[in-house]
Amino acid sequence: MSEMLEGWPLLSILTFLPAAGAIWVMAARAMSPGENPGFDRGVRLITLIVTLATFAASLVVLAAFDHENPDYQFVENVPWAFGIAYRMGVDSMAMSLIVLTTFLTPLCILASWSIDKQVSSYMVLFLILETLMIGVFCAQDIILFYLFFEGGLIPMFILIGVWGGSRRVYAAFKFFLYTLLGSLLMLVAIVAIISIAGTSSIPELTAYARQTGFDADLQIWLWLAFFASFAVKMPMWPVHTWLPDAHVEAPTAASVVLAAILLKMGGYGFLRFSLPMFPDASHFFTPMVFALSVVAIVWASLVAFRQLDIKKLIAYSSVAHMGFVTMGIFSGNMQGVQGAIFQMLSHGVISGALFLCVGVVYDRMHTREIAFYGGLVNRMPVYAAIFMLFTLGNVGLPGTSGFPGEILTMVGAFQVNAWVAAGAALGVILSAAYALTLYRKVAFGVIENPKLAGITDLDGREWITFAPLVIATLVMGLAPSLVFDFTHASAEAVVNAFAGNAP
Amino acid sequence: MISPMTDLAYSWPHLFPEVLLAGFALLGVFFGALMGGDRRFGLISILGVAALVGAGVLAIVHQPLAPVHILQGAMVIDGVGVFAKALIAFAAAATLTLGADHFNNTGERRFEFPILVVLATLGMFVMVSARDLITLYVGVELQSLCAYILAAWRRDDAYSSEAGLKYFVLSAIASGLLLFGASFVYGFTGSIHFDVIASVVSEGGGGVGVIFGLVLMLCALGFKMSAAPFHMWTPDVYEGAPTPVTAFFAAAPKVAAVVLMARLLYEPFAAMIGQWGQVVMALSAISMVWGSLGALLQTNLKRLMAYSSITNMGFVLMGLASGGEQGPVSALIYLALYLPATIGIFGLILSMRREGLPAETVQDLAGLAKTRAWAAALLTMLLFSVAGIPPFAGFIGKLLVLSAAVDAALYWLAILGGVAAVVAAAYYLRLLASIWFSAPAAPLQRPSGAVALTAATAAILSFPVLVFALGFIERWAEAAVRMSF
Repeated sequence: MSEMLEGWPLLSILTFLPAAGAIWVMAARAMSPGENPGFDRGVRLITLIVTLATFAASLVVLAAFDHENPDYQFVENVPWAFGIAYRMGVDSMAMSLIVLTTFLTPLCILASWSIDKQVSSYMVLFLILETLMIGVFCAQDIILFYLFFEGGLIPMFILIGVWGGSRRVYAAFKFFLYTLLGSLLMLVAIVAIISIAGTSSIPELTAYARQTGFDADLQIWLWLAFFASFAVKMPMWPVHTWLPDAHVEAPTAASVVLAAILLKMGGYGFLRFSLPMFPDASHFFTPMVFALSVVAIVWASLVAFRQLDIKKLIAYSSVAHMGFVTMGIFSGNMQGVQGAIFQMLSHGVISGALFLCVGVVYDRMHTREIAFYGGLVNRMPVYAAIFMLFTLGNVGLPGTSGFPGEILTMVGAFQVNAWVAAGAALGVILSAAYALTLYRKVAFGVIENPKLAGITDLDGREWITFAPLVIATLVMGLAPSLVFDFTHASAEAVVNAFAGNAP
Repeated sequence: MISPMTDLAYSWPHLFPEVLLAGFALLGVFFGALMGGDRRFGLISILGVAALVGAGVLAIVHQPLAPVHILQGAMVIDGVGVFAKALIAFAAAATLTLGADHFNNTGERRFEFPILVVLATLGMFVMVSARDLITLYVGVELQSLCAYILAAWRRDDAYSSEAGLKYFVLSAIASGLLLFGASFVYGFTGSIHFDVIASVVSEGGGGVGVIFGLVLMLCALGFKMSAAPFHMWTPDVYEGAPTPVTAFFAAAPKVAAVVLMARLLYEPFAAMIGQWGQVVMALSAISMVWGSLGALLQTNLKRLMAYSSITNMGFVLMGLASGGEQGPVSALIYLALYLPATIGIFGLILSMRREGLPAETVQDLAGLAKTRAWAAALLTMLLFSVAGIPPFAGFIGKLLVLSAAVDAALYWLAILGGVAAVVAAAYYLRLLASIWFSAPAAPLQRPSGAVALTAATAAILSFPVLVFALGFIERWAEAAVRMSF
């Protein structure tokens, strides 16, 4: 199969397929006399087909991908201007995140079926967003990476601001400006490392860092600048405050993308840039990152416990779970890094699914207040079962995908600092407390709110939306070695770079 | 010493673009006065656009391989000059198209408008190829005098008259400073010619008097390009002048002033980078900070764009302050990428007419995404481009000036620029929030073909499509700077 695909710019096709779909939708919009229900249906269908085609394309790339090879594969390299090149290429870590992206996007489109305001603009933005997200993981030039990384803010800003909840404008501004400030500091650092190393290619920069190395004092500043961007994106305590607002106000599908993919760009950034390029500074700052991670895990769990809004609760739980990821990454050993990558993928599926669960009841009742609900299991047994599965996944129950990532990051951290692992373990207990409490309040008991009397269980479209997520959660939970084998090579590369060993 | 006639014969072929513009202006006045009636406005406007495009094309076609000194060293035809002339000519042609269309719609068909635009452009052409202090001043004044009249174009309108008067009085002070500074430079170096000044300066001659003169001249040029703290005229003039005139001010004259400053800094005073570097850095820092903070509270679109241009000039100055080859190259490319976006934004603002008047306030754009999805999409792209958000072209400009600054070890200026860009993003976002998030206001009239075309072209140029042209612009700007400085 891989011979057949030889010579094709696979990654470019994969990346820009959704953008081509966006052009298709825009062309349809330009030719149709105006928006009407029939046109909207067509647009939804086009978008679904395009995102499914993108998923199929990513599976083709996945099939041709050799996960035992730690090098970048499917490399494309076209010189551009100013010493920047259009360089694409993936390693196993990037490949796994790309598949996560293409896997979730069609589900998001399905979940957006109920959007009936400016449908074509919504779908165009979503397709552009998908292109930018895939591009982030494919880019092998640091400026190209930045283009995709930062460009993603634009569609997300508009998605939150137009289709969001009541405080959507505030949330959109906060999201955009917070992230932009972090990113521009990173941009200055990017410009500085390009100026020092004389290249903007990520593999060459990594090689430079390994052979020559950036000056140790300068590394501290460069690391901090990158940290400013990735910590906001991640988000780490205390720069997470944009996240609850953005999540709560965003439309369901945007929340899913935000939690499942955009947050992962922070972790991906740490793994791709901070550790391999600034190993000395990473060692220097490890205690700080550990401290922030533990604070995030414990504190965000406690805050989640007190939330009255379902989405906000899940948003804080995301902050806590991302704490495991940073903890795993900076423990710098195989268990920690593998666990962090696994946790990113698993959190992508589970948190995405949880936001979709909220979306289901929000579509029906137009409120996210926990107190409004109760006793849903009586009217919605299937929904309750699915919600249960993802809640348990969120808690990290063995057998779901939430478990291997959490346990491995803790194993990794334990080897470096037992107290950190102990703090994180406390967070695991707390996560059970808030997640199960939420579930009890929403699903169990008798229906007391008369408005819930007519609520209906999942319809066919929602079945189709959840089925792949259920399967993914269980497969990753029961056979985690599938993922671990796949990401082994690039995790090893990160660990070696961090330890300062030549591969 | 060659005789004046030989010199003129030698210089003449190199002056085709300038001669074309001057010829058009003189003949235009003549025939305009003869013809009478409303039809002459359209005709002269079209010919004016043609003359501007022609001058730009001629400048490019006649680009010499090495700098050519003409008119006994008063002017130079070289890479940077040609690059600037091309930008100026196309920016002026685009804004003249917008303006002619606008005045045609409002019924203010006075044929002097295209002629004044062309004359101002001629002044800018002289500015960017000036090679002595007198030519420099003549160019600046020719451009400015046309600009005063254009600002006061709507003579019955109090705002427009105020804008013209304010611009005139404040600009006259700046011109005074320019002359005063030039006289110091002349007095302490003994020459008005850039090459003589350069040799005196590089030998360490002139002393503090030259520095004093240079700083005065920089202040005056800072005024002309509306760099803070010499920006105070900008918001009022932008607001008061008719919108197409504002579009003109926002584009071409900026290029002329920046290139003139670059020439002054990198030719006669290249050896004094230690001294002027400080001044330019300060201008840059203050412009970026003040421009972005000042814009936050504006509700009038034109005032907002005025502050936006102040911020952007701050970034251009960051490039100039960085020195070396990369500094001026990044400034030139920044301008080349900034111009289409600005023109496009003004084009779209002009196209959003309600009862014949263009949109004035942020509120006027409310709900544009619902009423005119395409205009909203174009405007969104342009605003993100000016804000420097990737993947739009404006980002490349910011990236280049930032890397020039980092290469020159001006880390604090680069970081300040980054922070200023975030603050600036906030007010562009406010515009976008109005466009996308607000409920639609009263319906807008449809834009005319010319305006829509200009705006769409500008938007496409600021879109990543430009990506393919970037390598070309890069090579051109680099070659230009290598040839000139």
